[in-house]
Amino acid sequence: MSDAAIRVENLSKLYRISHLAKQKTIRDAVHQGMRLVWRRLRWKTRLNREEFWALRDVSFEVGTGEIVGIVGRNGAGKSTLLKVLSRITEPTSGRMTLRGRVSSLLEVGTGFHPDLSGRDNIFLNGAIHGLKRTEILKKFDQIVEFAEVAKFLDTPVKRYSSGMYVRLAFAVAAHLEPDILIVDEVLAVGDAAFQQKCLGKMRDVTRGEGRTILLVSHNMAAIQALCQRAIFLNGGRIGEIGSVSDCIKAYLSQDQAGQAARIELSASSDSRQGDGFARIENLEILGADGAPRNKFAFNEPFELKLGVRAHRPLRDYVLGFSINAVDDMIIACSNHHDSLPRVGMETGLHEFSVRVADMFLSPGYYTITVAISDDGQHGLHDLVRNCAKFSVESYHSEGRVDHPHILDDRPGLIRRPLVWTKDPAKK
Amino acid sequence: MTNTALQSDANQDVLVIEAGRTEAHYWRDLWRYRELLGFLAWRDVKVRYQQTVLGIAWAVVQPLASVAIFTFVFGQLAKMPKGNEPYFVVVMAGQLAWQLFANTIGNTSGSLLSSAQLISKVYFPRLLVPLSTVLVALVDFTIVLVIYAAVAIWTGTFPGPDVVWLPFFIALTVLLAIGAGLWLAALTVRFRDFRIIVPFLLQIGIFATPVGYQTNYLRSWRGILDYNPMTGVIDAYRWSLFRGDTPFAWHSFCISLAWTAILLASGVWYFRRTEKTFADDF
Repeated sequence: MSDAAIRVENLSKLYRISHLAKQKTIRDAVHQGMRLVWRRLRWKTRLNREEFWALRDVSFEVGTGEIVGIVGRNGAGKSTLLKVLSRITEPTSGRMTLRGRVSSLLEVGTGFHPDLSGRDNIFLNGAIHGLKRTEILKKFDQIVEFAEVAKFLDTPVKRYSSGMYVRLAFAVAAHLEPDILIVDEVLAVGDAAFQQKCLGKMRDVTRGEGRTILLVSHNMAAIQALCQRAIFLNGGRIGEIGSVSDCIKAYLSQDQAGQAARIELSASSDSRQGDGFARIENLEILGADGAPRNKFAFNEPFELKLGVRAHRPLRDYVLGFSINAVDDMIIACSNHHDSLPRVGMETGLHEFSVRVADMFLSPGYYTITVAISDDGQHGLHDLVRNCAKFSVESYHSEGRVDHPHILDDRPGLIRRPLVWTKDPAKK
Repeated sequence: MTNTALQSDANQDVLVIEAGRTEAHYWRDLWRYRELLGFLAWRDVKVRYQQTVLGIAWAVVQPLASVAIFTFVFGQLAKMPKGNEPYFVVVMAGQLAWQLFANTIGNTSGSLLSSAQLISKVYFPRLLVPLSTVLVALVDFTIVLVIYAAVAIWTGTFPGPDVVWLPFFIALTVLLAIGAGLWLAALTVRFRDFRIIVPFLLQIGIFATPVGYQTNYLRSWRGILDYNPMTGVIDAYRWSLFRGDTPFAWHSFCISLAWTAILLASGVWYFRRTEKTFADDF
C-alpha cells in the first residue's frame, strides 16, 4: 500500500432523476410501478429512467500533509465527490482508501441548534464531528478564544450576529484536528478579516501537523494561496489534475453555461433607447485566443466584437461602450474615434472589434453598455444598458502580474501597481 | 452496499470504502459514536424542556386529558366491566404503556426528516438519529409514571411484588417501538406520506389496543386483540401494577415478544439497507 492519505480509484456516483425527484409519495411510486409493468407487457421495453453520473471514473491520490484544491463550475461534481469521500452517501462504483480520522466541513455550523447556548453548541458540534467529550473540554478555551465569543457563551446562538455564528462554527471546525479535513466552500462566509484568520489557521494546521486537506472553493485566490495541487472537475470527470495554475486556467477558460459570451440583442429589449437608424445586433467577448468567454484573470486582455446594422446610411456616427461596476457606476468608456477615422456608414451589417487591455480592474463582476449615436450628440441611434457581463477572477496567471500582493483585499475598482521611489534618508 | 474496513495500521485507521460490499465494521462505528447518541438525546431533552413550565406542563396535561376522556367514554358511557381497581387507574396504567410506545414511534419515525440538514452534511451512523429520540419519550414517560404513582397512592391501588418486573416491560415497550420506528423512519424518508400515516395509525391504534378497557373482561374479541403487539405489553403493565389475582397473560405476551423480535431485526435490516442513500433522498 502506498502511504497516500486519500486514494480514490475509479469512483463513480450515479443519480437517478426519477428516484430523486418524482417518487416522493406512495402515489407516485405506484404510478411509476404501473407504467413499468405496462411498458414491459405492452412494449416489451424498460422504462427509460433519466440517469445522471455526478462522478465518473474519478481517480487520484493525495499525499499525507498535502493541501489539494478542487475547482470546477456548479454541477461539475465537486460537492458529490466531497460527499462520497466523507461517507455521507455511498459511491455507485469504485473504491476509496482514507488513512486516518476524517472530518468533513461541508457547511459552517452543521448541527448548531438555535435554542442552545454557544457553550452547548460547541459540545454538540464537536460530538457531531466525532470528538469525545474529554477532547472538547481540552480545546474548549482555545475554541472560545479563536471565535471571540467569550462574553456570549451562555446566550442562545439564535441571538448571535451572523458574524459571531460563523466564527463560533468555524472555531469548532478548526479545532477538530482530524488527519484528513474535507472542506467545501466554507470560506465564502464571514468577513474578510475572519477569512484571513481561517486561511491562516488552515495553513498552520497542515504545515505544522501534517494534516491533509481537500478544499473546494470558487475563490481562486484562496485556492492559489493555500493549495499545492489542484483537481479540475468537469462534468463529473477529472478535467485537469496537477499544478494549481493549470487547473485554474482550465476552469477559467471553460465557457460559462447560461451566461453566453455571444449575446444577440433582440430588438424588443426593454432597456433599449434610440431612434433605431442603426442597431447594435450582437456582442461577443473573446479571450486572447479568440475563444468566446466571459471570465478573465486579473488584467487579462480581451476583445469585444460588435455587430452593428445600419438601417439607413449614416453620415457620421460614434460607436462606443462603457464598462460598469455592478452598481452602474461607469468605470471606463471608449468609442471608435479612439483609433478609427471619422467616416460614414452604409446600410448593412458592420463588424467592429476592440481590444480591451491594461484595465487593471479589481476582481469582481462587470457589465457592458453599448451605444451608437450621431456625432452631434443629439441623435441617439441605439443604447443597450448592461447587455453583457463578465467577471475578473481574483487570481493572476503566471507571469502576468509582477505584484501578486495587489490581489490582497485592496479596496478600489482599479488595482494598478504603481512605481514608488524612496529618497535616501536625511540626516 | 459499501465495504468499510477499519484496521489499525501504525496507529492510524485505514478506511476502505468500496461499492458493492457489505459493511463489516458498522457496529464498531456505532460504538465509537456512542457519545454523540448521548449528545443528541441531551439536546432534544434540553430543547424540549428549556421553557420548563410549558415543557413539563404538556407532558402532564396531555396524558391526563386522554385518561379522563377514556375513563368517561369507556367507564361511564360504554359501562365497560371493571375489576377491583378504580377505572381511572386502570386507564392510566394502559395510558402509561401506550404513551411510551406512541411517543417513541412518533419521535423516531420523524427523526430522520427533521435531521435532514445534519444527515446531508456529516457522516455518523444514522441509527443514532432515531435512537437518540427515545430519551425524550422516556423523560415524558417518567413524568407520567410519577403522576401515576401519586394517583395510585391517593386511591390506594398499591402494586404487589410483581412490580419488580415493570422495568423489563418498559424496556420491551421501548424495543417494540424502536423496531416499528426504524421501519417508519426509513420509509418516511422514501415516502413522505408516512408523515401523515403514522399519526393516523397511532390514532387508530389507541382504540385497537386495550388502553381504555381491559382484556380480561372481553370474551369474543380477545382472540384477535391478542395479535396486537401492544396487547401483551399493556396486560403485563397492569399485571405488575395491580395486586389482582389475574393470571399473567402468557399468550398475548409471547405474541408481543415475537413482534418485538421480528420488528427489531427487520427494522434494523431495512434501516441499514437504506441509510446509505438517505442523503440523496432529502
